[in-house]
Amino acid sequence: MKKLLLTAALMAATSPVLAGDVVRMGTEGAYPPYNFINDKGEVDGMERALGDELCRRAQLTCEWVTNDWDSIIPNLVSGNYDTIIAGMSATAERDQVIDFSEAYIPPEPSAYLAMDAGLDVTKAVIAAQTSTIQAAFVADKGWTLVEFATPEETIAAVRNGEADAVLADSSFLDSHANDGLQFLDRKESIGGGVAIGLRESDGDLRAKFDAAIKSMKADGSLNKLIVEWEVGSTW
Amino acid sequence: MFEFCADPASLEGASWLACYLTTGKHMNLYWSILTVLSLLLITAPTALLFGFAGASAARSTFMPVRWVGQVYVAIVRGVPDIAFFLFFVIALDQGFEYLRHQVFCPDWAEPIRQGNDFIVCKAAKLPLSTSPQWVHEVYGFMLAVITFAIVFGAFAANVLLGAMRAVPHAQLETAEAYGMHRRQVFWRILVPQMWLYALPGLSNLWVILIKATPLLFLLGVEDIVYWARELGGTKHARYTDYPHGDWRIWYFLGLLVFYLVFTHISERVLAKVNRRLSRGQATVGATP
Repeated sequence: MKKLLLTAALMAATSPVLAGDVVRMGTEGAYPPYNFINDKGEVDGMERALGDELCRRAQLTCEWVTNDWDSIIPNLVSGNYDTIIAGMSATAERDQVIDFSEAYIPPEPSAYLAMDAGLDVTKAVIAAQTSTIQAAFVADKGWTLVEFATPEETIAAVRNGEADAVLADSSFLDSHANDGLQFLDRKESIGGGVAIGLRESDGDLRAKFDAAIKSMKADGSLNKLIVEWEVGSTW
Repeated sequence: MFEFCADPASLEGASWLACYLTTGKHMNLYWSILTVLSLLLITAPTALLFGFAGASAARSTFMPVRWVGQVYVAIVRGVPDIAFFLFFVIALDQGFEYLRHQVFCPDWAEPIRQGNDFIVCKAAKLPLSTSPQWVHEVYGFMLAVITFAIVFGAFAANVLLGAMRAVPHAQLETAEAYGMHRRQVFWRILVPQMWLYALPGLSNLWVILIKATPLLFLLGVEDIVYWARELGGTKHARYTDYPHGDWRIWYFLGLLVFYLVFTHISERVLAKVNRRLSRGQATVGATP
């Protein structure tokens, strides 16, 4: 709110200058290193750095908003923000509802984190975040799945014994692999690369982001970000 | 915030805690408390107004009005809150934008519904996409107030309807015998007396409303439960200057205390209101 008042004061002073279009970037803010809220209360992470750079290259004014993962797609299509940049993998199912830009992180196998390294996942209880490719994968296999609204809760479920293992992107799990939690050898190749989600009718914006992502791939700056934030393999 | 917070790694004990609790992120938590309180203060009277209108309509002698009142109460009470908050709010928002679209962009040729997308012209966007973030937040807050008021208004309508029926019929008949109109009987005899009967039900609703505020996050308004969950989650040294484990239990304990204190204060105030309303009433427990 204080930030609100401050921005209000700033806007009152500078509003004629900021007449251009603002692209609102929607993210979850709970999935480090992709996106999280830093100590200052701002959106931070690999996707913040990437998004700001993409907006600079596409000459767009961008603004960051956070939204619950569960309702992140409905709020995009109804126009509350213009992009989803939240570690979302491009899947056929999501593609029916929204469009995806060119991928900015290559497909990365999902990993399991469990208390017991010899766990047989086919007979175990697996925790995953709701509406993720991992949750869909476990449900598809017919294994026992418990879903949670936030990534944090999936880890807590394994720690307190509610689930035997958690299935998620390995770069997210990396920082949690301690105090008895360890990676299983088994990995699952699910989902396409991570891409920006856009409304299907927003072809222009998609073209701008595609061009910006291509240029970042070409000059190596995207790979630099991927290495810096350890979010997966490089292009 | 404090000067000694410049190097968090060197801090210990109380000074660490002081710095930790005054990070920008914690400030958001404190502001969200104010957001929640102001939401409650605005929503409660609005919901009461909706409830009063609903109850008055539901007991109208004019059939169409009665139906409107009864349908409002029946539908809203029957739909789960979370479904209401997910779908109704988006529908309300789109309804506003649709109306603005008709006014501002009459020459628009493309369809508004394109597959799953809802497209209105830029001038009809609410708030405008060029508006600063605080306008978006105020707008979300306003949608929240309207939605809460509609939902809790339906429950309040039912409570008030019961209360109106509980006022002794003999009183109303006596008033009519004195030559009062229907309207005079309603405003002078029925309404002043019904509050006593409505209060237990309304105080119940108030407490439920206090606890319903986490639904705010579905509307993009960040409330205290969201921040408690976010701040309490495991923080690794890579992403923060104040790393810690899973502290959600402490934050939720804090929330527990906050809500208990808040509902306790509410109950004391409501008890006072009840005593005031009972004055001179010939009901059980009333003081003469």
